[in-house]
Amino acid sequence: MSNAAYWLPIVWAVLAATAIFIYVVLDGFDLGIGILFLGETDETHRNTMVNTVAPVWDGNETWMIYGGAALYGVFPVAYGTILPALYLPVLFMLLSLILRGVAFEFRSRMISKHSKFFWDWAFCLGSLVAAVSQGAILGTLIQGIKVEHNTFVGSPWDWLAPFPLFCGFAVAVGYTLLGATWLVWRTETDLQTTMRKLASVLAVAMFALIGLASLWTPYLHVTYMNHWTAWPQIVLVLPVPVAVLAIAAIFGWAIYARYRLLPFLCTLGWFFLCFTGLGINIWPYIVPPTITIWDASSPPSSQAFLLAGSVFLLPIIIAYTAYSYYVFRGTVTAEHHYH
Amino acid sequence: MHSLTALHLARMQFAFTVGFHIVFPAFSIGLAAYLAVLEGLWLKTGRAVYLDLFKYWLRAFSIVFAMGVVSGLVMSYEFGTNWSQFSQKAGPILGPMLAYEVMTAFFLEAGFLGVMMFGLNRVGRGLHFAATCMVSIGTLISMSWILASNSWMQTPRGYVIDAATGRFLPDNWWQIVFNPSFPYRLVHMALAAFLCVAFVVGGVGAWHLLKARRQGHQPTDAVRTMFSMAMWMAAIVAPIQILAGDTQGLNTLKYQPAKIAAMEGDWVSESRAPELLFGIPDMKNETTHYKIGIPWVGSLILTHSLNGKVPGLKDYPKDQRAPSFIVFFSFRIMVAIGMLMALVGFFSLFLRWRGTFYTNKLLHRAALIMTPAGFVALLCGWITTEVGRQPFTVYGLLRTADSVSPISVPNMATSMTAFVIVYFIVFTAGLAILLRGFAEEPHQGQRGPDEHHPHRAAGLTQASHQPDMAE
Repeated sequence: MSNAAYWLPIVWAVLAATAIFIYVVLDGFDLGIGILFLGETDETHRNTMVNTVAPVWDGNETWMIYGGAALYGVFPVAYGTILPALYLPVLFMLLSLILRGVAFEFRSRMISKHSKFFWDWAFCLGSLVAAVSQGAILGTLIQGIKVEHNTFVGSPWDWLAPFPLFCGFAVAVGYTLLGATWLVWRTETDLQTTMRKLASVLAVAMFALIGLASLWTPYLHVTYMNHWTAWPQIVLVLPVPVAVLAIAAIFGWAIYARYRLLPFLCTLGWFFLCFTGLGINIWPYIVPPTITIWDASSPPSSQAFLLAGSVFLLPIIIAYTAYSYYVFRGTVTAEHHYH
Repeated sequence: MHSLTALHLARMQFAFTVGFHIVFPAFSIGLAAYLAVLEGLWLKTGRAVYLDLFKYWLRAFSIVFAMGVVSGLVMSYEFGTNWSQFSQKAGPILGPMLAYEVMTAFFLEAGFLGVMMFGLNRVGRGLHFAATCMVSIGTLISMSWILASNSWMQTPRGYVIDAATGRFLPDNWWQIVFNPSFPYRLVHMALAAFLCVAFVVGGVGAWHLLKARRQGHQPTDAVRTMFSMAMWMAAIVAPIQILAGDTQGLNTLKYQPAKIAAMEGDWVSESRAPELLFGIPDMKNETTHYKIGIPWVGSLILTHSLNGKVPGLKDYPKDQRAPSFIVFFSFRIMVAIGMLMALVGFFSLFLRWRGTFYTNKLLHRAALIMTPAGFVALLCGWITTEVGRQPFTVYGLLRTADSVSPISVPNMATSMTAFVIVYFIVFTAGLAILLRGFAEEPHQGQRGPDEHHPHRAAGLTQASHQPDMAE
């Protein structure tokens, strides 16, 4: 194996994981806002909630398209085995994202009560189903996908198992927490108070789910267990659970002392740690338990071609995306869109 | 191994989803460019009418763009779910191109869309105009990558086939991207997108001109301006598009003669070939029934010489022929619409010269009828090129039958049904909102998508309202 063929997939694995993480965080809070429609029926509040993300949700979703395209170009074997294996959850996710994506534009332009009601529900349930599907996709991947000769050979119902469904639930809770803490940061008055209360309840739930996932995952595959228990790696991986606990403490303080941005940052921290933990678990596989990142790779010429552009373009993208967020900074209220 | 039915369902689903999708990017490409022109004119001249039109079409753009994004999301995953064999074999070449599309185009569009939509009162005029231009440039870059990818599937270059895995390995990216049919297709598609929007803008303008006339008041300045702009586009771009289509035909004859044979419904290769106006190509009996043709013109159009040789379907083995019946008709519908567009354009020029451009009912009715014409032609063009590539996904190298995923028929059928239902709901609602918006007359002090509406408690987008007639 030449040097490039060894290193490029590692670089890409890190880069792809970063892109997926950015997607999860960004689309996470706007999916979360959709899920929060379940409990928030006040029309004014609903409009305020949507207005906090209306200018940016398109960009958030683009990270997902990038993830799909990068996977296709860099790890085509993974793209061609994961997607057929997860055919139905991917289908549910896409249909939900379609409905909630257009609901952003449609819900405010409806004249009749019935159609407005329909698109409000499309926004809410679409967000919920998309979140659960994404969690189920992740859970199925961690659980392992049956592959022979680079072709999926499992059952189309492999995702209908306890662990993937648990992950679906956990991701939905996590996204809702992201949405709630985002709103604590970006809104005022009684909407903010409601969200702060909700965030503290959801944070406790998420903390419990993280704990459960951490205990459950190593029992799925012996390799996962070894990553966490083998000496001397344990020194390297131990900070992850410790940091989860530390963030829990900070979160409690942030809610108590009514900090605006800190709860959101704590939630981001949790997501980052879960992601790191996940990476530690499945490394070096991209389609556990058989396909490593090297098995799944496209030739170095493809990976290098795309890497050259990504290294140059992604910082620029992040810069102007940040600018767009900066333009629409400040809190959003019912009376004024932005202050 | 694959069953024929899963392949059929995958092909049906692709045709359905991509057919739905392509309408919206084409609309977005043309409309974003039009919006950039309007805003530029407003900044340059200071005439309020351009800002009114900008806001009027910006409201439509937000709907069109959202529908393009969500239907495009499906496309980016459909290759993996339904065409996994194709993805694994062609992924090393097409994957990076699509990822470049996302990085150089989608992010640019999405990043500046918020500022374009909601930022008119939050950033300076110059910055806002820059954002509008970025969105427009993004749509054009996106089109370039997609056309490069599709052109590579039609005229593959710059690859090596890996003997062990059967995968296409990139050998020369320059040749891959700038493959022989790419420039022709790119120009043809860009002009198509501009024409689509020209006829939508023209159609909406025509409707308001006719309505004002029926109600006995003068059309607003905004209506007149947009109708005039649209007809200039039609008069200038439609003839250029006919020339662009002709050069693409020459290119196709050179690189994909079997496609030309299927488009023409010709079975025997001949010089001085006729141009069929009508016929019923019959793949089974290897003949075309009920032929009505003009002698010699086929050779003249395709080869630009009377003695030029036009290929026949019998030159190719039976299992390498595209279904002639479909492409024969899709091609002819596209050409007929192109001619009609040019005719409307010339007629509008004639009426400008006569001074009856804003009052001639015949022109306005023609423009109204032609509103969706661009999209019909666009779809027919894509059907011609994609069905004409059959039975291959990568022309001459990878068969469609060997590209499909090992997905069970019930799964494929489930997803197909679900897509049909959801698309029907979404696109019916979207179309209804667009039409309701178009029913309003663009007027002075036009509100954009971000401006407050008195009947609403909050919201960046306002509710629709009854058109006020206080013009």
